[in-house]
Amino acid sequence: MPYETDFTNQGFTKVGTRVNRPDGVDKVTGRAKYGADANAAGQLVGRVLRSPHAHALITKIDTSKAEKLPGVKAVLTSKDFPDLTGGNRGLMDILENCMARGRALYDGHAVAAVAAIDADTADKALKLIKVTYKLLPHVTDVDEAMKPSAPIIHDWVRTAGVTPAPTAASNVAQRSEFGHGDVEAGFEQADVIIEKSFKTEQTHQGYIEPHACLATLGPDGSGELWVTTQGHFTFRNVCASLLGLDVAKLKVTSSEIGGGFGGKTHVWTEPVALQLSRKANRPVKLVMSRDEVFRATGPTSSTSVDVKIGAKRNGKITAATAELRYQSGAFPGMWAMFGAMTSFACYDLKNVKSVGFDVLVNRPKVAAYRAPSAPMAAFAVESVVDMLAAELGMDAVDFRIKNAAKKGTKASYGPVYGPIGIGPTLDAVKNHPHMKRKLGKNQGRGVACGFWFNFGGQTCTDLNIGVDGSVNLTVGTVDVGGSRASLALIAAEELGIDYDQVRVTIGDTNSLGHNDTTEGSRGTFSSGMATIFAARNAVEVLRQRAAATWDIPVEQVVWEAGEARAKGKQNNNLPPLSLKEIAAKSPRTGGPIAGHNEVVADGAGVSFASHMCDVEVDPETGATKILRYTVVQDAGKAIHPDYVEGQFQGGAVQGIGWALNEEYIYGDDGRLQNAGFLDYRIPVCSDLPFIDTQILEIPNPNHPYGVRGVGETSIVPPLAAIGNAVSNAVGVRMTHVPMSPPRILKAIEDGQA
Amino acid sequence: MNGVTVSAKVNGDAVQYVCPADESLLDVLRNRLNLTGVKEGCGTGDCGACSITLDGRLVCACLVLGAEAEGREIGTVEGLSEGGQLHPLQEAFIEKAALQCGICTPGFLVAAKSLLERNPNPSEEEIRYALAGNLCRCTGYDKIVRAVQSAAKMMRRGKKSAR
Ligand code: FES
Ligand code: FES
Repeated sequence: MPYETDFTNQGFTKVGTRVNRPDGVDKVTGRAKYGADANAAGQLVGRVLRSPHAHALITKIDTSKAEKLPGVKAVLTSKDFPDLTGGNRGLMDILENCMARGRALYDGHAVAAVAAIDADTADKALKLIKVTYKLLPHVTDVDEAMKPSAPIIHDWVRTAGVTPAPTAASNVAQRSEFGHGDVEAGFEQADVIIEKSFKTEQTHQGYIEPHACLATLGPDGSGELWVTTQGHFTFRNVCASLLGLDVAKLKVTSSEIGGGFGGKTHVWTEPVALQLSRKANRPVKLVMSRDEVFRATGPTSSTSVDVKIGAKRNGKITAATAELRYQSGAFPGMWAMFGAMTSFACYDLKNVKSVGFDVLVNRPKVAAYRAPSAPMAAFAVESVVDMLAAELGMDAVDFRIKNAAKKGTKASYGPVYGPIGIGPTLDAVKNHPHMKRKLGKNQGRGVACGFWFNFGGQTCTDLNIGVDGSVNLTVGTVDVGGSRASLALIAAEELGIDYDQVRVTIGDTNSLGHNDTTEGSRGTFSSGMATIFAARNAVEVLRQRAAATWDIPVEQVVWEAGEARAKGKQNNNLPPLSLKEIAAKSPRTGGPIAGHNEVVADGAGVSFASHMCDVEVDPETGATKILRYTVVQDAGKAIHPDYVEGQFQGGAVQGIGWALNEEYIYGDDGRLQNAGFLDYRIPVCSDLPFIDTQILEIPNPNHPYGVRGVGETSIVPPLAAIGNAVSNAVGVRMTHVPMSPPRILKAIEDGQA
Repeated sequence: MNGVTVSAKVNGDAVQYVCPADESLLDVLRNRLNLTGVKEGCGTGDCGACSITLDGRLVCACLVLGAEAEGREIGTVEGLSEGGQLHPLQEAFIEKAALQCGICTPGFLVAAKSLLERNPNPSEEEIRYALAGNLCRCTGYDKIVRAVQSAAKMMRRGKKSAR
């Protein structure tokens, strides 16, 4: 539903200012409580035993010795998780990922769990559990897994999305296709065609806080879960369904969250912790080690992508196709689908087709990672776009501007765009001082564009005004990066009061209606929208109370600058009533003053960014240094510019790590060889320059303030921007991410050969 | 439990605890002394979330044994502010939006304080190298470096005016 909006020339007094965040003091003093920081009287320590094998039948689990160890209060295997999923395959996948059911599907797959009086005892108990495995052939590479000879991960999987429906099992769980026009005819018209294949390796979200929870579940089926999560309401629903609980009887509280980036949108050990607690009838604290985080939680897909684009001499693209193969780990996902949807979203194309294949392998179940699937597709597409521009003798930015999508463009994934920011970001790039800096020897510059959808979703928000006129705003989206500050600004703006007068709380599952998970850049977008409507609701009440106080019709009362004003000559003698004054009188004028809003925040719109990057490559070692990096992105309306910039910078740097260093390395035995921050190296401070940012504001017509989600798009262009920069620096096209020193050296060598 | 009894000072206060000989100082601080401001990101010395000072020297608490702290001075994020007054680094981190999720913040603050004690006027590069042992996944480090620069400036000015 489109909302009545008038965003043009909207005057803001609070929104857009750089206020201090409300949780700042807690977080700089160490007082803020994260997942592992809560304790309960009598709590036990939970630990999980994990498969060391990539693929194996579990023929027997003997837990008798562990159970007899003094101090052990509960031991679990899949037997303790009866199938309550009612045939829901998605739920069964979650359950099976939490605890292997007869077969270990990847190195790190949980096979048993214990709860004991302390960590030492729990660790000893794990060693006493005897698991008998029968090894099965495994596959970890996406292209290998698609071959007919590959070991089949799940014999029940038939490729969805193909007709006629196949009868044989396959590792390809789904085929998805998007596009329009006639690509064959389009390529016929092309003067130049470039076709190239690319690979990207698997990366992890790399949040610094490991998964952690404190679970309490009694024999009466009532429980509480304190957990680091992006979606406590979703966690509640999933845990309740898996364990056969009433949703209302499980209270889930989201702790402060130490980073998520999509990896904390899914349950991993929480159902196990709850079940341990139920069995032991004591609270259980379960904190993952970093090794477990890498081996068993949410990496993103590794991919293999072919792109073909053709253009006329005048620089107009005539046709574009992509085939995208994404592995989703040991369970079906829809990651290639997102890759296929986003691949050509930046461009205005007559003839376009993208086909995605979601592929099963013996790796951990893939989870969302910031604009999931888009960076890999962008790497391939934006590389070919650069190659095509070079072939045509055109400037890479001009070529993009010529083909950029605009208002009215039919997107390659279906819809027709409203006002969008891809053109303006490219114009900003063209005119940016960054582009005029001189480059030296072994240096190169790269530009790339990126797109991501935004998600709105179900949102429920409460706004309560205290008797002193201070305001409590309770939201159900998790604050992953400063959204409490932004939401307080929005409430202050609507009510016309000071930012400091508003306190934002993240409500637990029992204090608000359902809120969807904080993903898809929706936190500030959707809770912001609900906050606006809740505040407007409260303003209605404030006006009524003022009208009653003055004994005039409510139509004669307006709300301006934080006070009720009586309009009309006959009311000239009535001095305005401030929010504080009305609140003070509220016990006698009808009781507490509050505003509520429940909404499915539709119309989140779309988000575009263009990045510029300068690198220097050492031809001796193949090491790449980022010299300059600039992000230009459309925010719709930046509520709190500091935290918008922070999202741009953080996403760009995650992309830099992905482009240059980060990758899951599997041995021939199918075991992950670098499950730690020493060998899985994320960017550190000394690897980087300052990350320059430019915020554009092309208002989203579907939001009262014009807001677009800003959290994700910034990770989309970096792989390609750096790929283009490195390719320009070394004179060889880079086709494999990460562009680690050995890969760059090899590319240079092959290029010379 | 074969415990070791340890007497040490934490943020200036005398403490005593009993811990197994192989328990890390990080676990002691978090689980026995309730100082959960010290964070665990890896437990293997790779992330810096557990940064503390031991007799003034910056260390990873996960790489020190609880038993090793006998007779020593431990400094954690909880000891950064004095009375009601935030440390200039704490002020600057809030002011410059140098934290998003904040899980890395305690470690960064302790490491940055240690840097500024040794070098009150560090260059950007010196800051970047001094903080290279602390991982942050949210910010891209931009605003962290700026916050340290701003706190250093504040502190230098403070010293001058105090003189
Ligand atoms: S927890 Fe000590 S360095 Fe990571
Ligand atoms: S602010 Fe999240 S890890 Fe640094």
